[in-house]
Amino acid sequence: MTEPESQFESVDAMPPPPRRDEGRLAVAWRELKKAPFSAKIGLIIIVTYIFVALFAPVIAPYGESEIIGPQFELAEKAPPFGTDHLGRDMFTRLIYGARNTVGIALVTTVFAFMLGGTLGILAATLGGWMDQLVSRTVDVLMAIPALIFAMLLLTIFGTSVVNLIIIIGVLDSTRVFRIARAVSLNVVVMDFIESARLRGEGLGWITLREILPNIMPPLVAEFGLRFCFVFLTISALSFLGLGIQPPTADWGSMVRDTSTLITYGELVPLLPAAAIAILTIGVNFVVDWFLHKTSGLKDEH
Amino acid sequence: MLIQRLSLGLLTLFVVSVIIFLAVSMLPGDAAQAMLGQAATEETVEALRKRMGLDQPPYIRYFTWLGGILQGDFGTSIANGREISELLGGRFVNTIHLAVFAAVISVPLALILGLLAALYRNSIYDRSVNVVTLSSISTPEFFVAYILILLVSVKLGWFPSLANVSPDTPFAERLYKTFLPAMTLTLVVVAHMMRMTRAAIINLLASPYIEMAALKGINRRRIITHHALPNAWAPIVNVIVLNLAYLIVGVVVVEVVFVYPGLGQLLVDSVQRRDLPVVQACCLIFAATYVLLNLIADILSILTNPRLLHPK
Amino acid sequence: MNVKNNGVLLEMEGLMIEGFSDEQWHQIVKGVDITLSRGEILGLIGESGAGKSTIGIAAMGYAKPGCRINGGSIRFDGMELTTMPESRRRKLRGSRIAYVAQSAAASFNPAHKLIDQFSEMVIEHGKGTRDQAYADAKDLYGRIKLPDPDRIGFRYPHQVSGGQLQRAMTAMALSCRPDLIIFDEPTTALDVTTQIEVLVTIRDIVEQFNTAAIYITHDLAVVAQMADRIKVLRFGETVEDADTRRMLSDPQKDYTKSLWAVRSFRKEEVAPPPEPTPLMKVENVTATYARGLVPVLRGVDFEVHRGHTVAVVGESGSGKSTAARVITGLLPPQQGRVYFDGKELPRDYHRRTKDQLRQAQMIYQMPDTAVNPRHRIRDIVGRPLSFYLGMTGDAKERRLRELMEMIELDPDLFLDRLPGELSGGQKQRICIARALAAEPSFIICDEVTSALDQLVAEGILRLLDHLQQDLNLAYMFITHDLATVRAIADEVIVMLQGEIVEQGPKEEIFNPPHHEYTELLLSSVPEMDPDWMDRVVAERREKGGMQSAGN
Repeated sequence: MTEPESQFESVDAMPPPPRRDEGRLAVAWRELKKAPFSAKIGLIIIVTYIFVALFAPVIAPYGESEIIGPQFELAEKAPPFGTDHLGRDMFTRLIYGARNTVGIALVTTVFAFMLGGTLGILAATLGGWMDQLVSRTVDVLMAIPALIFAMLLLTIFGTSVVNLIIIIGVLDSTRVFRIARAVSLNVVVMDFIESARLRGEGLGWITLREILPNIMPPLVAEFGLRFCFVFLTISALSFLGLGIQPPTADWGSMVRDTSTLITYGELVPLLPAAAIAILTIGVNFVVDWFLHKTSGLKDEH
Repeated sequence: MLIQRLSLGLLTLFVVSVIIFLAVSMLPGDAAQAMLGQAATEETVEALRKRMGLDQPPYIRYFTWLGGILQGDFGTSIANGREISELLGGRFVNTIHLAVFAAVISVPLALILGLLAALYRNSIYDRSVNVVTLSSISTPEFFVAYILILLVSVKLGWFPSLANVSPDTPFAERLYKTFLPAMTLTLVVVAHMMRMTRAAIINLLASPYIEMAALKGINRRRIITHHALPNAWAPIVNVIVLNLAYLIVGVVVVEVVFVYPGLGQLLVDSVQRRDLPVVQACCLIFAATYVLLNLIADILSILTNPRLLHPK
Repeated sequence: MNVKNNGVLLEMEGLMIEGFSDEQWHQIVKGVDITLSRGEILGLIGESGAGKSTIGIAAMGYAKPGCRINGGSIRFDGMELTTMPESRRRKLRGSRIAYVAQSAAASFNPAHKLIDQFSEMVIEHGKGTRDQAYADAKDLYGRIKLPDPDRIGFRYPHQVSGGQLQRAMTAMALSCRPDLIIFDEPTTALDVTTQIEVLVTIRDIVEQFNTAAIYITHDLAVVAQMADRIKVLRFGETVEDADTRRMLSDPQKDYTKSLWAVRSFRKEEVAPPPEPTPLMKVENVTATYARGLVPVLRGVDFEVHRGHTVAVVGESGSGKSTAARVITGLLPPQQGRVYFDGKELPRDYHRRTKDQLRQAQMIYQMPDTAVNPRHRIRDIVGRPLSFYLGMTGDAKERRLRELMEMIELDPDLFLDRLPGELSGGQKQRICIARALAAEPSFIICDEVTSALDQLVAEGILRLLDHLQQDLNLAYMFITHDLATVRAIADEVIVMLQGEIVEQGPKEEIFNPPHHEYTELLLSSVPEMDPDWMDRVVAERREKGGMQSAGN
């Protein structure tokens, strides 16, 4: 930039910095290559799980609830992991578990986000009695620990997959609501929202076009975290015998069904538990990296 | 401020009790029908309704129920007809014992480790702590529990894998038997608490008055003790209490793994048997503890805030 | 080591500082030399990004988090700070080199009393006991004329007003009687009538103790009062360095000249004679925010005519922005009416027609938050075109390019950018284009230049003036800056605590006799004349002590 030469040459005439002409994919790939080791591991884990879940019937050697031998058959006789308490192949059930456990957790999280996210953005945008009503309801729902509340509701409504999704989804949507409302509130106070309101824009434009694009990064990160939480909650409930019901192959209940083996020094019960832990760790690693990238926190120093 | 928060806490407790009560009445048909199943005859259902007082209007039932609870009467179990308060007594003590045991180890440990991570930010220590804690919070409690059982109990044989205590188990033996469950809870909670402590301290250290203290030539130790800590109580108390509340929930799974006779175990058994009065009672106790802990956290942070301590 | 080389206290040579952002190191300070004698006051001046704060704080051998000193030397009283162990540097901070921050409210620790934060330095540096420090603090509080000096120190920071806190921080800097104090924009966050009190305090106290100082600011008029010598910085390099008077009267470099010339802009054209019906009329408006019972606006009456600029002036809390919210319908008034072109407007913007909304546009203080960072410039400026005027396709594109030409930005370069790629001034121009796109007749400008550097701000003022001539626009110009008012207003409204104190044509307001508050406000605005402050202080003493607004 040079000194302003005349009265009419404004200091703002400076052109913006040249733009890198590359597609979103190229940008994503470049960012990916720079990602820390943990995030790469996380991504590999997630991709692997998705693959296994999608192609479970192709990969698995047996049917989901097919009995292939005596109960608790040793690994040597029924490779690679032996059979469970009913004589079903552990390896097959582990693979189907990716489909069932992860799938149910994913559906529940999506449901929680649709419910909590919509209400959160609306509460922040509309304010007033609508905000008060939803916020106070959420306060009350959150005053009871989620797992305990879920157990109470499951007792009443019975343990089925649909009930599980609805109950956990509704309880978890309270957390989503809080986050969505908080990040939307940060945007709602901005002048460009006031400007849109004064222009006469409707609620649809303001929420979808003005607010939503600005709250996507924190919401995406939150989606990862909430998925982990939902996934762990459902696994815990299944482990307690209150979640996904037999004969559906599910990691939480598999741990429970084979848990007696642990006292004989067998590793088998740890396999489904490890499957749960590895996925959550993977998601958390990716979310951690994503949060670090999008929050603009450069805490290298 | 304080009074406002206290009354809000009481109100929350009240609303929570109403919800727990109502949740049960929301049952399609009614509780009696649901518990006995479709096959039950009309007379048996009617008899059970009478026994449960279901023929009375809801608000009367609520106040009867609440009044009973306030006098320590939680009703009777449907599964075995015993007084619920009898079932609860010893188990409540056991659960508290386990939670306190875990808290006593985890709170100081997490605070110190979290503080160190914040002070030596981005060091090797901090980075490894980040990865380790991130992995730890991603792990289901039962996974941690079984790994501990496998290593410490089965392979090494140091501690028992069953925490079968009875009311007359001596304290030392109780500690010995509950060591593994307490360690499980500690491992999970420490990770959470540490991350939160670290974040709270880093946030605090970014305040302009901390930089000002450095520019006044104050040494690092004094900056931490005199400038950061007095302002850190509110966030730290918050972290602790949030995690104690988390302990309460974590206890349920851990008790089941170690077959420990606590409230969580009872809750899970009763849910499976659909023994509603017991479930109601357990939920109420868990929820009330949770609400009270949150209340205490808020009150402590109000009490340690200089702006509120010294009004204009 | 205590050799005093010709009374030189601080010497920086070829100072280089770099900062880490966007995952790489950037040079912030590129080889700056500073020499400061004992008792001398050096003004560091520059626009944002000049590196002035970074340099100032480096005089303490300190680099802000995310920055590091990567070249040059810093000698303080013969000691080299860059190579000195941190423990020794620490002993110099506070005791021999002290620091006064921009925001005292954030820089005082909320958990301790003022006097304890004063004494802490004295005790920690071994310069005295607690009792001595207490006594000294009370003495200093008295000298800087804080009210109730014996007891004010026993208050907590949040119990003391902003201006008083800033003075208490100056007193704290003096607690160890340092040789050098760094003042980092100490009055930027304050209202003008408060600012002058703090300025007087700082100058008196520095003179009394013969302390050397580095005074960092972006405000030329302020630095003219405070400094013996001025150093102009730009992009981390020295532009010019000279004695204050010479620098003001005879700047050498073009950049310095352009900075100096900023305040010379005056609207030339005389406004057209007012039409019989005012374009915007505010009648006896009283307004309250939802929770407050005390009205923030009381019985406010004024008119804005086509082609005229009405400047609304006042300090924080005067209600000037509230007036704008009432006009736009964001805050429906409790009493009173708003008329547009003779017709009453519905009180709430929800009930106004699209055309009523279109006619009154608004430009905001912070261009960063006034445009959606996720929308392209094309969409930001284009939305009013399609929303109000139903434009599409080629017609819309043509109009977009026309609007970009009007705000002097090249459509080819800018239309497809995101706001994040633009500078503050460019973003403000985009906001102007968005307002113009609606083809309004009335625009509210809410502190539109106060977040911008002075050169950029002047460009915006010129542009707004130019557009007014071309389009016969009416402006309501909300500002706290009287220089802006002088530059652009036809009529002036002075507000204080929700009421209009005085209103009339610019010439009347700026020429005596003034209302008492207008007088205070006008006389508190620093001028480029280095003798201005002495004159004002003398005048005010004559009239019986410093008075301050609003308390």
